[in-house]
Amino acid sequence: MSSSTEIESLATGEYKYGFITDIESDSAPPGLNEDIIRFISAKKSEPTWLLEWRLKAYRRWCTMVEPNWAHVKYPAIDYQAIVYYSAPKSTANGPKSLDEVDPELLATYEKLGIPLHERARLAGVAVDAVFDSVSVATTFKSKLAEAGVIFCSFSEAVREHPDLVRKYLGSVVPYADNYFAALNSAVFTDGSFCYIPKGVRCPMELSTYFRINAANTGQFERTLIVCEDNAHVSYLEGCTAPQRDENQLHAAVVELVALENAEIKYSTVQNWYPGDKEGKGGIYNFVTKRGACRGKKSKISWTQVETGSAITWKYPSVILQGDDSVGEFYSVAVTNNRQQADTGTKMIHLGKNTKSTVIAKGIAAGRSNSSYRGLIKMKRGAVGARNYTQCDSLLIGSRCGAHTFPYIEVEGNAGQVEHEASTSKVSDEQLFYCRQRGLDPEQAVSLIVGGFCREVFRKLPMEFAVEAQKLLSVSLEGSIG
Amino acid sequence: MLNIVDLHAEVGGKPILKGLSLSVGAGEVHAIMGPNGSGKSTLANVLSGREGYEVTGGSIQFLGVDMLTLKPEERAALGLFLAFQYPVEIPGVNNTYFLKAALNAVRKHRGEEEIDAVDFLALMKAKLAALSMNELLINRGVNEGFSGGEKKRNEILQMTILEPKLCILDEIDSGLDIDALRYVADGVNMQRDGKRSMIMVTHYQRLLDYIVPDYVHVLTDGKIVHSGGPQLAKDLESQGYGWLKAEEE
Ligand SMILES: Nc1ncnc2c1ncn2[C@@H]1O[C@H](COP(=O)(O)OP(=O)(O)OP(=O)(O)O)[C@@H](O)[C@H]1O
Ligand SMILES: [Mg+2]
Repeated sequence: MSSSTEIESLATGEYKYGFITDIESDSAPPGLNEDIIRFISAKKSEPTWLLEWRLKAYRRWCTMVEPNWAHVKYPAIDYQAIVYYSAPKSTANGPKSLDEVDPELLATYEKLGIPLHERARLAGVAVDAVFDSVSVATTFKSKLAEAGVIFCSFSEAVREHPDLVRKYLGSVVPYADNYFAALNSAVFTDGSFCYIPKGVRCPMELSTYFRINAANTGQFERTLIVCEDNAHVSYLEGCTAPQRDENQLHAAVVELVALENAEIKYSTVQNWYPGDKEGKGGIYNFVTKRGACRGKKSKISWTQVETGSAITWKYPSVILQGDDSVGEFYSVAVTNNRQQADTGTKMIHLGKNTKSTVIAKGIAAGRSNSSYRGLIKMKRGAVGARNYTQCDSLLIGSRCGAHTFPYIEVEGNAGQVEHEASTSKVSDEQLFYCRQRGLDPEQAVSLIVGGFCREVFRKLPMEFAVEAQKLLSVSLEGSIG
Repeated sequence: MLNIVDLHAEVGGKPILKGLSLSVGAGEVHAIMGPNGSGKSTLANVLSGREGYEVTGGSIQFLGVDMLTLKPEERAALGLFLAFQYPVEIPGVNNTYFLKAALNAVRKHRGEEEIDAVDFLALMKAKLAALSMNELLINRGVNEGFSGGEKKRNEILQMTILEPKLCILDEIDSGLDIDALRYVADGVNMQRDGKRSMIMVTHYQRLLDYIVPDYVHVLTDGKIVHSGGPQLAKDLESQGYGWLKAEEE
């Protein structure tokens, strides 16, 4: 269907909500079709262009096949069994109180020092209490407004700043980019929007934690961050507490745009529920994250600590378009028990003298599998481009696996690519050495692994780094028999 | 302090210690010498509870406690310290951080309070100075890229900070230059306070010139075949182990 006929069909109001009884209802029935998408869009009172964009994405998605090249295995996902819209968050199937929550999960909260009132929310229990964070968020907002920074939910951005959203949405990750991005584009329900105007250094680190309603952004989250010329922002996503969600499939999209001399630092600590020891009930995390260094001398830096999810499929990437722009990727991915992670990055060098650095640390324990997959691409015009990739795997025990899949495509002799890789084990000697000095095996492992990850942790904002270290020890608990 | 009776132990199914007995009293320094492969390091590993070293007979009592039921970290907390023949590298783990974690683990076991960062740093500085050690080393990864001699000195630094009751020094003199040997020996001698006991494994008399032992034992084929005073080491230095074997027969 061409876009003009789409608009026509919309304009003539031919579509019906069909089986969806009424727009007042709180959730859509399971399944995905154009009516559902219209329902979502109407629910959010979106402008026509956005609905149209969603529909295009949906139609494209229908023609696409789910990728299967990643080094992960999971049963087929029934996309028609998923509920694509529900507000407020349905808690019908969730635990009714903390008493019903997996005691191991609660023990983990305890160890991580999560405040009591936060635990229920994280565990997916329906809670009515108003969190302290709401008042924190309000003071926070006024400070940002003073600086001219826009930081709000995606829905709010669509309402309040439609031109900005329209200008940048899909400009880095087009709706047809890949299967999961197309799905997200069709059905995303909320997320974050952040805009830093020219010359502004965002006065504080932005964290989704402080954004009101952040808890209910759902499984198809959409984030868009735009930094104008000479602007600067550091953005923190996620939290260290293992979050439970009854939605098994998560397919988020994150787009970053850095204009001339702008800098975006995006840090993630991802700790979705990995499932029990057998991997049951864990989250599938299929994320598309990409940044565009559009302007000269711009810089985008991804730092991630991935410990959660049953399956992770994620490649934060940078398109280095502006001359002298810089892309960085620092990653720690931990898998334990039955977890599977296929993660890495893509650095696409287009501009002259563009530079990228990739430091990826994969840690596998239990029966888990951790893969690094990285693409370094240098187009003909990327004269003087340089990449340095270092990719290290650490194995704990003998039943886990670590794999490295580096792809390098350099056109002509555009630039210079350097790749180093290593695989090591937490050795018996190291463990014994630590234990002889009085450390118990768990302390020993977390110390050794922390040392292995040091280069990446150093890139995290201070408190995040401390939390990440703690998180690491909790994630690897029981990994030493 | 330590009482080993008729100890038998295997590594990988192969018997290495074959009826070893040794008694170490408080404040005593015992030197253990013996040919390569006779089981000296094995004894050190067995005493500290290393996995893979299976005790098949005999007993080890340390401070009146049956050691064989204890985990390595429990033995360490009781006050057993092993200076390794080959200290392992732990990349990326800051030396200071490591030592502080170790000290706190041991203190916790003893029911003492954790030491705070400021006090610890002061303690570390004092010990470094006492051992004439380069301060830069303590901010590197544990043994990471250390020279052989630096690794050995780092072991002694750890020992002086953890203040154990019994120290097993496995060839602490190997790989040291002449000055370093003196610093290490001085460090060890400073630890001799009449209460702390030591077992020193060495091949050479020159270490024993600096650290004069109370007893010298010869370990051959998994057993202590000869014991004596400091003079024994001198005899061994000049005559080798051959005459002992002959004597035995
Ligand atoms: N894992 C193992 N499997 C089989 N044999 C082993 C193992 N570890 C040690 N051994 C053997 O045990 C014997 C004693 O070794 P040990 O390291 O205790 O000797 P040592 O007296 O310390 O020698 P050196 O003076 O060379 O340090 C050697 O024959 C050695 O090959
Ligand atoms: Mg030895």
